[in-house]
Amino acid sequence: MAEAVHSQPAWVLLAYLAAGVCFILALRGLSSPESSRRGNITGMIGMTIAVVTTLATHSLATLPEIIVAMVIGGGVGLIIARKIQMTAMPQLVAAFHSLVGMAAVLVGAAAYLNPEAFGIAVRVTPIASPSFVSIYPVSRIEMGLGVAIGAITFSGSVIAFLKLNGNMSGKPILLPLRHLINLGTLAAILLLIAYFTQDQSPWVFFTVMGLSFAIGFLLIIPIGGADMPVVISMLNSYSGWAAAAMGFTLHNSAMIITGALVGSSGAILSYIMCRAMNRSFISVVAGGFGAVSSGGDSAAIDRAYKRGSAEDAAFLMSQADQVIIVPGYGMAVSQAQHALKEMADKLKAEGVRVKYAIHPVAGRMPGHMNVLLAEANVPYDEVFELDDINSEFAQTDVAFVIGANDVTNPAAKSDKSSPIYGMPVLDVEKARTVLFVKRSMGGVGYAGVDNELFYRDNTMMLLSDAKKMVEEIVKNLG
Amino acid sequence: MDFISILSIFVLACFVGYYVVWSVTPALHTPLMSVTNAISSVIVVGALIASASAAVPGSKWLGLIAVALASVNIFGGFAVTQRMLSMYKKKERKDG
Repeated sequence: MAEAVHSQPAWVLLAYLAAGVCFILALRGLSSPESSRRGNITGMIGMTIAVVTTLATHSLATLPEIIVAMVIGGGVGLIIARKIQMTAMPQLVAAFHSLVGMAAVLVGAAAYLNPEAFGIAVRVTPIASPSFVSIYPVSRIEMGLGVAIGAITFSGSVIAFLKLNGNMSGKPILLPLRHLINLGTLAAILLLIAYFTQDQSPWVFFTVMGLSFAIGFLLIIPIGGADMPVVISMLNSYSGWAAAAMGFTLHNSAMIITGALVGSSGAILSYIMCRAMNRSFISVVAGGFGAVSSGGDSAAIDRAYKRGSAEDAAFLMSQADQVIIVPGYGMAVSQAQHALKEMADKLKAEGVRVKYAIHPVAGRMPGHMNVLLAEANVPYDEVFELDDINSEFAQTDVAFVIGANDVTNPAAKSDKSSPIYGMPVLDVEKARTVLFVKRSMGGVGYAGVDNELFYRDNTMMLLSDAKKMVEEIVKNLG
Repeated sequence: MDFISILSIFVLACFVGYYVVWSVTPALHTPLMSVTNAISSVIVVGALIASASAAVPGSKWLGLIAVALASVNIFGGFAVTQRMLSMYKKKERKDG
């Protein structure tokens, strides 16, 4: 016997509303690190309210099975959360997104198979034929959209995960006619959802699901590793819209509020990331950026540059008044954050002021560098955003660039023909000396452009693995 | 609730989301992503409704799988967010 969702008692509606408010407060807490921990706990309370309310208003016959499912899932989640390396956060977030997407697809499929349990259907008994369950047309659209967005989130996140985790090359995979294929598939999905209101047969529903899985896959494969901060934010947004669409189906305010919050959160993060790369959202989604990256290498190696040793670097920095450290993805790859903190501590002991400058797209996801520095116990009030610190480079003795490349390239300001022209960059070249830690001179940044900074008079290249170099410097600082 | 009231909640929540998310400090953007991940698993509500009804076995099982997947996200998402947030510390002493 199914309960109609549309006629819930007032306390149930209020409980879901309370859960939604808790989620708003959870995000609000993130406006500063002090309030953030309380915010996270508020979020947990909201989730508990939503789950308990749902269990309290439904038949408890299957409760043991539900508890088993929750214990298994929860246990896996807790173990992952405890074990995961902070450098692997982007992969983890992508994996979590895929789970939200899959859950949305499964809930949509369950609602399609058993619409009466969700209170979204009426039993119709036509004269002289067997009765059948007819899903409300509005619910069919909501359900179709929820399943479609969920499936796109799932397959897109799986590809993002494989790329971030290194199981798949970060290079864009470009299919011929991909724009035509993608637009055609999207149009087919929308048309089928519209047709679904007229005909609720399984083939319509499952074709929408299948096409959506395919389009999620097709949309993400042409996007290169460099655009991952945008992709991961975009998928974050999709997972929110999927939850919101299911919330519409279930007439559940907690799901709708959360979906809207998460959807706008992901959208804003995508916007911030695009702005930080001076790229339009459309050009990122269209993909292909960084596809031609091997061309400029040989030309780059021939130019003259100054090479320094760990000893030189240690000397220069210990003599400085102020050192600004500019970390990038390379720091994450070589796990150099702890050694870096040790270096900063040694410098501070010698009376040097040390600050950190973070570009919004440093790393593979928004805020990636901040988390790694926090993990290494770097106080967050020493870490500055691009706009807050950029004017300070001119009064800085040493800019220490470690694992960042394109975000420091002066060509973004001067060279109109450069693919990264117009991208806001850190003005590291204005510092008296730039120490640039890089594995070798051969490689180029993700944008596939040479960095003019390497050949400047005030730049000293420290060619080594980031972590090894920093450890060497620490030794030399005595 | 009729469609219009639901739509109203949705539109207003989008605006709330817009202003709340802009006030998040960029240093906490990674925890923002992991916590939004955790809360979007409120989709577990739908999974629970499906699992609670034994009328259609296929639907029940899909629901239970969805409950398990969403639980990974809920517990994992909140726990990893808490772990990250506990690392953000201020300077112990003022130097300068």
